[in-house]
This record gives sequence, structure tokens and C-alpha cells, in this order.
Amino acid sequence: MVDRTIENFDCGHRACGGCGASSAVRMILKGAGKNVIVVNATGCLEVFSTPYPETAWKTPWIHSLFENSSAVASGIEASLKKQGRLEKEKVLVFGGDGATVDIGTQCISGAFERGHDFTYVCYDNEAYMNTGIQRSGSTPYDADTTTSPAGVCSTGNKLPKKDFPQIIVAHGSPYVATATMAYPMDLMKKVETAMKTKGPCYIQVHTPCCTGWGYDGAKTMEIGRMAVECGLWVNYEIIDGKLTTVKKVKRVPVDDYLMAQKRFRHLFKPVRNDAEIAKIQAIADKNAEKYGIDIE
Amino acid sequence: MALGIGCTARPGNSRNNKTGSWRVFYPTMDTEKCTKCGTCQLICPEGCINQNSDKTYSIDLDFCKGCGMCAEECPDKAKAITMKMEEK
Ligand SMILES: Cc1ncc(C[n+]2csc(CCOP(=O)(O)OP(=O)(O)O)c2C)c(N)n1
Ligand code: SF4
Ligand code: SF4
Ligand code: SF4
Ligand SMILES: [Mg+2]
Repeated sequence: MVDRTIENFDCGHRACGGCGASSAVRMILKGAGKNVIVVNATGCLEVFSTPYPETAWKTPWIHSLFENSSAVASGIEASLKKQGRLEKEKVLVFGGDGATVDIGTQCISGAFERGHDFTYVCYDNEAYMNTGIQRSGSTPYDADTTTSPAGVCSTGNKLPKKDFPQIIVAHGSPYVATATMAYPMDLMKKVETAMKTKGPCYIQVHTPCCTGWGYDGAKTMEIGRMAVECGLWVNYEIIDGKLTTVKKVKRVPVDDYLMAQKRFRHLFKPVRNDAEIAKIQAIADKNAEKYGIDIE
Repeated sequence: MALGIGCTARPGNSRNNKTGSWRVFYPTMDTEKCTKCGTCQLICPEGCINQNSDKTYSIDLDFCKGCGMCAEECPDKAKAITMKMEEK
């Protein structure tokens, strides 16, 4: 059972008001239980939670670089193991999508190959937010970012969102899951499961970013739910390579989700771009077919 | 501030930074309407909604940034939180 009284992330941090990542981290730390050592990659979370000489963390926490959190976590795990402390203490990594699907990939691959007993959480706000909204391998198709600007010659990010969870599945991870902060109970339970599972586990968490995506911070949970309801985000668990749970939905068209965010505004203004919206709908349709999310 | 060995900072000393000053709107909670479901406490990005000993909740305005998530997510049957314009 998740102990919801655990508060390992305190007030006073500098995240934007309504930041999905900061809300998610509080939930994730409840799911992670007591006695957790956190390794944090460079990114919004690391920066807004630890402005020198302050920290919002109430559990041991370390930051080294952008790209090496999994290597740092490997070392901590190996040391805990050697000292016989791994039964009681657990290692948890937080990396942004940039830190995870692009720049930290080599270290992640190595750690999952070696089979360290730790959990890696990627909080996915779908771009490099801390440096001013640059596209990452996790940015969705057609999103407007500062390095994939929409304009006369472009409709935004030209590449599809990288399916990183499947790359981790290919490493033979015992537990891979996707979740969203918009479904807190599901998120906390998945984190608890990952922390209890021996070996390297991975959870990718959808964390809407009001600043980078362009919507009112009050709507963070709603934007998260809309992503799931239209099929652009799928919540599932893959245990030992087998798809075991999938969140089913009465699917709605992608339009409302896109329209609610400035990063997709160019698809509707000055005129509706039917061809591009159809391509995004096709991505949702493909997700639905692949994971069987539709309620008949 | 002096740092300890290993560059340590005291747990949660970010509380020195009163983020309440960022606020444009502030939440007010009607404890009569509140069903004590705990949603607002769970989702608040600041973690500034605290449960009292009588199970009611209060919002710590020293840290509340006024994002409005709690008001938005408070279930329809309660709608116990209202955002109001801050007067400074
Ligand atoms: C090696 C290296 N390259 C670039 C940077 C600059 N940098 C700091 S944070 C950041 C963005 C992080 O993006 P992401 O991992 O998605 O986390 P987010 O900020 O979006 O939460 C970048 C590019 C860095 N610190 N180190
Ligand atoms: S830019 Fe986005 S992820 Fe970063 S603190 Fe602001 S809302 Fe959170
Ligand atoms: S979400 Fe609303 S009903 Fe639930 S505890 Fe908070 S104020 Fe009360
Ligand atoms: S307005 Fe935002 S910061 Fe303030 S209590 Fe509500 S959820 Fe927390
Ligand atoms: Mg990011």
C-alpha cells in the first residue's frame, strides 16, 4: 500500500505555478516509500528544486551531470549491495525526457544491461524545457518548439515521438510502465511496483508543462487526462516483456487536446490544417490498435 | 550559509523561499463544502495544502503560488475552493 503521508519534497521550490513535473514528483516519492536515494539529471526538476544553497528534497539526493544519472545510480546501487543495505534502501533516478531519450541513453543502456537494482523515472514534458523549450526525441509530431519553430515553411517538429519504453523493454527489463500525473493513484502504484521489483525498472511519466506547452497552469491535470482520452498518450505496464495492463478509453478525436495548447496552435490558425491534424490522428489510431485501448 | 562536508544542505531548507509572493490569485477553501477527499492535497505542485488534526485541510499561503490546480480539480460535488484576485 502506498503511504500517502510521505512528503519528501518540500515547499519553496522554484517550479512554475502549475508545473506538472513538481506535482508528479510529490506523488512519485509517495509511491517510492521511505529510505530512497534520489539521483537527478540536469533539467527543470534539478534546477527548480535545488537553487544553491537550498534544497526542496527531504531524502538523500545527488546531481552530477545531464547525461550520467544512470551511471551514478549504478555506483550507489553497487555500494549499497556491497554493504548489505539494498534490502532496506532503494535507488531512484529522475531524468527529464531530454536527459533520458537523447543524452543519457548510453548510461541508461549500460545500467540496464548490467542489471542494477534501481528504478528510472523519466518525467516527460516533451522538450528541453529548462533551457527554453528545445525539441527532444520525445517531442510529439508537429509541436512548435524554439528549435522546431512553426511558420510559413514548417508545421513544427518533423520527427515522431521516440518510443523509448520499448527500447528499455528490449534490454530485458523486468518492469516497464507508462503513467501520467493526471492519474495519481495509478502513477503511485506503478512506482511502488517498480521499486519492489528486483532489477532495473523504468517508468515514463507524462508531465504537462504549462510554460512550454502554452496553457493555463490550473489545467495541468485536465491536459494530462485529455492526452490519454485521445490516445496520444497510452498508460500500460510491460512485465518481463509482456504487456499486462492497458488503460482503456472511450477515445475522442485529437482535436481538443491539440487546440488546448499553444504549441499546436499553428494547426488551427489562421486556417485549420486538415492534412497535418489527420497525421496526428493517425498516430493516435496506431497507438489504439497497437495497445488495444479502445472500449468497444 | 556554510556548507557541510559533501556540499550538503539541510533537508527542505527551500522553505526559506516564500513562494507565496509570486501569487496573482489566491485560493479560499470552504471547509463546510469540503468532503475531505484529499485530492487537492495530493496534487498541489507545492505541497502546501496540509491536513489538520480534525482531518480538514488548510492552504499555507506562505508558499501557495496560486496556480489554481486545487480549485480546478476539487470534485464537482464539493467545489470547495474558489480563486480570488490577490490585493497587494
Ligand atoms: C552536457 C550538457 N548539455 C547541455 C546542458 C544544458 N541543459 C541543462 S538543462 C537542459 C534541458 C533538460 O531537458 P530535459 O531533460 O527534457 O528536462 P526538462 O528541463 O525539460 O525538465 C539542457 C539542455 C547541460 N547542462 N549539460
Ligand atoms: S518550464 Fe515546465 S517543467 Fe519547467 S518548471 Fe516550468 S512548468 Fe515545470
Ligand atoms: S479537493 Fe475539495 S473536497 Fe477534496 S479535500 Fe480538497 S477542498 Fe476538500
Ligand atoms: S493554488 Fe496551486 S499552489 Fe496554491 S494551494 Fe492550490 S494547487 Fe497549491
Ligand atoms: Mg523535458
